[in-house]
Amino acid sequence: MRVAVIDYKAGNLTSVLKALRHLGADPEVTDADRAHVENAERIVLPGVGHFQATRRLDATGLTTAIRSAIVRGVPFLGICVGMQWLYAGSSEAPQQHGLGHFPEACARFPESHEKVPHVGWNSLDVRPGSRLLAGVEPGEFVYFTHSYKAPVTAETAAITHYIEPFAAAVEHGNVMGVQFHPEKSGATGLAILRNFLVWEGS
Amino acid sequence: MITKRIIACLDVHGGRVMKGVQFVDLIDAGDPAALAARHAREGADEIVLLDITATHEGRQTLLDTVRRTARELFVPFAVGGGIRSADDAAQVFEAGADKVSINSAALANPLLIDAIGRSFGAQAVVVAIDARRDPQALDPVRDAQVFVQGGRKLAGRRVVEWAREAEARGAGEILLTSMDSDGTRAGFDCDLTAAVSESVSIPVIASGGAGTVDHFVDVFGRGRADAALAASIFHFGISSARSLKEELARAGVSVRLPC
Repeated sequence: MRVAVIDYKAGNLTSVLKALRHLGADPEVTDADRAHVENAERIVLPGVGHFQATRRLDATGLTTAIRSAIVRGVPFLGICVGMQWLYAGSSEAPQQHGLGHFPEACARFPESHEKVPHVGWNSLDVRPGSRLLAGVEPGEFVYFTHSYKAPVTAETAAITHYIEPFAAAVEHGNVMGVQFHPEKSGATGLAILRNFLVWEGS
Repeated sequence: MITKRIIACLDVHGGRVMKGVQFVDLIDAGDPAALAARHAREGADEIVLLDITATHEGRQTLLDTVRRTARELFVPFAVGGGIRSADDAAQVFEAGADKVSINSAALANPLLIDAIGRSFGAQAVVVAIDARRDPQALDPVRDAQVFVQGGRKLAGRRVVEWAREAEARGAGEILLTSMDSDGTRAGFDCDLTAAVSESVSIPVIASGGAGTVDHFVDVFGRGRADAALAASIFHFGISSARSLKEELARAGVSVRLPC
């Protein structure tokens, strides 16, 4: 399966590529080639780093290519900042727009006695009906590392609690996002990536 | 609920896990890739590989080792030893590491923290600090002396102020080793760990002194550690990260189980 993995120069893609190959997919890295996005059977937008880095997607025209692929029904998975990009924006870089597929905005964890960033293994409360998270049992753990997060809404597929409840995963038809790192979350994470690879339109 | 992490540490030299062999494997005691896979399978939340010699000649060996170790590892994987520039870090990431741990090089050139953080994100930069209490200081704990070159040389920095600078420059985590406790198996230095952990908002990984399950309970409680490095404890009746975590759970520590 041809999986376009978008490189927007915001960190390290090796782990995501490795996990996709482990699952039998054929990931192809693209940083500016719209044709790769247009021909892909799956699109993955990884991301560790700053929301501002997503600016590169606009500059290279990939935002437009991704938007039309989503309209054609190509399954899309955003990871970490890649998930946040699906929203209108983030207070991390207020001038930079996200894709706006979800109208809400991402924000930093509020001040508390807890540490920010939220780093480590935390549990998922999966909402019924999620296809991306099918088979994930209550309380299974996944690995997070982030300071900004998306709010809980009707499209939230899983909730995690840290300082306050936030969207650990979002799912709306073929558009999916995870705040955690499935490529670093052991067997649970690989099962989630496998769900994404076998996803079929309803 | 966020869980406390148990991190397995492999000391490698020339591509093999060094004697001291914290984690004996019956099949291949010295192969980092096999040992890392085993620790992940047996419940470790993260793997750290430290190249304890880190010679210039050994760099290619290290990269090969990282590549082989990372290949089938699907938990966070940090690598330290001999990373002196952002280019060095880039090679280690390209080989499959998720984080790099920098120590002497960061003290010699603090801008290295900024540089790696800018290119790869703060979550990818672990600043390792080796510290020893300073009985001469007004506050022997907060003003513990920082050492470089494997503890052989004074860095001229104090532990809390250096940890704060590392955070301000964009470190994502602190790996704090108490030189007073290291190798004693008498427990972590909980006061030192708490002093650092309460002074920064990034996670602190405690290292040095583990000998019993209670030591971990203490460092996660009184020591305010977010994670702990488990090394020699596996010699003393605790057979795996999983069994350590099962005992921690019984003692009321939140850990990733089942794993």
